[in-house]
Order: sequence, then C-alpha cells, then structure tokens
Amino acid sequence: MARPKANDRLIRISLLVVALSAISILAIITIFIFEQGLPIMAKYGLKNFLLGQDWFPSEKSFGLLPMIVGSLLVTLGALLIGVPLGLASAIFLTEFSTRRVSRILKPVIELLSGIPSVVYGFLGLMFLVPFIRETFGGPGLSVLSASIILGIMILPTIISISIDSIRAVPDSYREGSMALGATKWQTVRMVVLPAARSGLVAGIILGMGRAIGETMAVIMVAGNAADLPGSLLAPVRTLTSNIALEMAYASGEHRQALFATGVILFVIIMILNFLANLTARKQSRK
Amino acid sequence: MRDTAIQVVNFSHFYGQQQSLKNLNLVIYRREILGIIGPARSGKSTFLTCLNRLNDLVPGSRVSGNILIDGQDIYQPEVEVAALRRQLGMVFATPVPLPMSIYDNVVFGPKLQGQTNRGELDRLVEDCLEKAGLWAEVKDRLKISALKLSGGQQQRLCLARVLALKPEYILLDEPTSGLDPISTMKIEDTLRLLKKDYTIILVTNNTKQAARVADRTAFFLMGELVEVNETGIIFTRPSDKRTENYIEGRFG
Repeated sequence: MARPKANDRLIRISLLVVALSAISILAIITIFIFEQGLPIMAKYGLKNFLLGQDWFPSEKSFGLLPMIVGSLLVTLGALLIGVPLGLASAIFLTEFSTRRVSRILKPVIELLSGIPSVVYGFLGLMFLVPFIRETFGGPGLSVLSASIILGIMILPTIISISIDSIRAVPDSYREGSMALGATKWQTVRMVVLPAARSGLVAGIILGMGRAIGETMAVIMVAGNAADLPGSLLAPVRTLTSNIALEMAYASGEHRQALFATGVILFVIIMILNFLANLTARKQSRK
Repeated sequence: MRDTAIQVVNFSHFYGQQQSLKNLNLVIYRREILGIIGPARSGKSTFLTCLNRLNDLVPGSRVSGNILIDGQDIYQPEVEVAALRRQLGMVFATPVPLPMSIYDNVVFGPKLQGQTNRGELDRLVEDCLEKAGLWAEVKDRLKISALKLSGGQQQRLCLARVLALKPEYILLDEPTSGLDPISTMKIEDTLRLLKKDYTIILVTNNTKQAARVADRTAFFLMGELVEVNETGIIFTRPSDKRTENYIEGRFG
C-alpha cells in the first residue's frame, strides 16, 4: 500500500516479461522453421526451390513454383472478390443504412468469422464445386472455387475493420463537404474514403494474411494437384496445403522440404505485408 | 425600401420532442451583415443550419412554417438541397478543412459542379484566397495539406472555399470563437469587404463582434427571437429588458 513507486516498477517489469514472452514465441517459431528449412534449400539450391516446376519428394525433386503460384493466385482471387464486396458492405452499413439496420447486420457479419474454416470448405465442396463443374466445366476443384471461398472468408475481417475506420472519420468532414454542396455519395467518395484510407488498407492486409494462410478450406475445394494451373478452372495446390497434406507421413529430406515450404511462405507474407504498408503510408502522406 | 433576401415566416424547428426554434419571424435584407447574438443553446446555430438545410442530416429534425429565400420556399420537395447549399455557403465554428491540399479544398465545390478547366480553377483559387485574406500567406505552398495551416489560416481557407462556390449568402457560425485577436480582426476586415457582394449572416458568442461588424443585430433567447434592429439601436437602447441584460453581461 505504502510505496506506489515500487508498485509501478513491479507492474512495469511484469508487463515487460509478458510482452517479451509473446515476442519470443514468435522468434522461436521463426528460428525453428528457418533452422529446419534452410539446410535443404542450401543443399539443392534456392533456384530449384523457387523456380522448379516438379514436386516429387521421393525422387529428390523439390520444385515449389506451382505452389507459390497457387498461393498467390488464390490470394489475389480472394482479394478481387472480397475487397469490393467488403468495402461496399462497409460503406453501406456506415453511410447509407439506418442505424437500426447496421446494428443488426454488423454482429451478423462478425459472426461469419466465427464459423470454422472446415465448414466453409465443406459448403464449398457440397455446393460451389459441383456448381462450377456443371456450369463452367473442369473438375470443379479449382483456383476459382478456392478464390470464392477465401473471398467470402475474408469478408468479415475487411468489413469490420473498414466500418471502424470509416466511423473514425470525424462528422465535421461530412458536414463540411455537404455544406459545400456535395451529395452523400460525392462526400463518401471524395472525403470519407480518402480520410479512412490507412484503416481500409490495414483491413485489406489482414484479409490478405488470412487468405494466404488459410489451409483447411482451401484443401477441400482446390483440388491440390501440384502442377502449375493452366486456367482458373484447373486444380491448384497452395503452400499451406502442401505442408498440411504431406507433413503427416513425410520424413528425412521430404520433411525438411516441407519446412522449406514454410520458409518461403513466411518470406512471401513478410514481403506482401511490407509492400501493403508501404503503399498505405505513401498514400496517406499525400 | 430595402431589398428583401430571406423571409422567415412563423418558423419553428424541433429536435425530436424538443422545440429548438419558436415561431420565428424575421426579414434579412440583401447585402447586409445580420449579426445574431444570444447565450448558448438559444437556437442561433440551429437557425443557420435551417437556412441551408444542413439540419436534414440530424435524425429527428423537424420544421414547421416557411423560409423564403429569393421568394422560394426552401422546404418544398422540389428544392434541390445540394444546389441550395452552394447558394448559402457556411463557415463553421471549428475550422474544418477537408483532409486534402489547400488548392483542393478551394476547388472542391467547383469541381463537384463539373468545373475542370485548369486555368479557370487556378484563377478562382487565387481570387478566393485573396478575398479571404490568405493568398499572401499560402501562395507558394498551395499543394501542402490544409491541415498543416494554423487555426486562423484554416478558418480563412474555409471562407475562401465557401467563396469559390459563388454563393449569394454566407452563413458564419461563430467563425472566430477559437481564434486569437489578430486572426479575428483579419476575418472581420474580410467580412466588411465581402458585404459589397454578399448577404452575410453572422452568428456570434461575442457581442462586441456583432457591434463591430453587423449592420443589424438579432437577439435570440431560448429559441425565441427577442428583437432585431439596427445594431446601433440594439446596443444603445434595446426595447426589451432581456436584450439589455444580455448585452450588459448580466446573464448568459
């Protein structure tokens, strides 16, 4: 009771320990993955991993290009579907709907993120895959179905973060714009969205992270052939699927190659995050 | 006989159940500065937002009676609100430059109307900033963010932005309440110059400001218009005891 200063010190130190342990777990994971994955990349050459097109672990052929392309394709596809839908929903719920409607709809959308990914995958497998097979041809298990499922899965992330950042734009901006004779839509497009930009980009980055990291739902609808996809209707395997599908039985160099897959995934995510942050900062400075 | 610009007839305004303006009757003449004074919550600001229908944005806002601007009842359904707001430019109590460059702030309104000619816009920016008394201070840095300006400069930018709309009327809602005396003086000087071309309605918490710049002054109290008259008369021999009390600082 008597010594508030000592108390502060104690609290500061214990919080520091907690914070450090959270960060150190991240560091340990990173070190572990790199320690397991780097030696084999060194042995067979980085070029063979990044650009090799053949993945035959039993024959010592560890080309990851199909999976790298697969991950990037389905992530891009997910963003093409998720971002316009997500932003449109967020704009509607914040600027154009009545307060009652948004009070009902926002929790419903957030509920979407609580659905386990295996359920999304199952729904995709039962409805989306047959639909694509019958409408567009091909096996149905494809880049397209994976993109659509992921696009839906990242919606809650994008919508709720976009809503928060649009709501954070001061009402005085809206009033100022309307007082200058702007319509509601002109105000949203020319004032509110630019003001909310950094938050919107943050939402999209998080959505992207979720899309590239998602495994279960993708395995169920993507077809998982370790070949470069020839079209949107061809099956595809992502980096995460590659690890999840084979880790159970892999051993020796095969196992190490899966860790190498993890290393590449790690680096790709870092690069994407960095680029997205960079563009966000550049634009907001303008 | 002076030219009537705005005529307010039996006008009342409500926020939900609460009546914020009570049965106003008021005439505003062309090319005058009408000062509106009164204590907080007397309905001064609400009255301004009724004139350009910015109060439409507030949920639960209702009106009765009429406001005729140039003979047109602005609460008729055929009135186009965006056009009305361009005609009655408004400057707010806290300066609210939009989060973009100085230049873009000024051309925001004209661009909405589809003006894109670069040369014309450049001339307009210079002209409006000049009139608002800001040109000399910012002419070399029109592209920097308007948020980097000082409070007084921001407020003059907001005035320039309003002038760019080529409005008939300028509504000012306590435009100098957050400003230092020098910025305040600059804005008041600007208003005196603008009176030649515009009808100005100036809501102010500072009774001395009304005395300095307004041609006529109206005193609002609890949503009622107590009296309106030549500024000189209001400040020397008001006909209502409440006006006298307020001006002499006995309440509010």
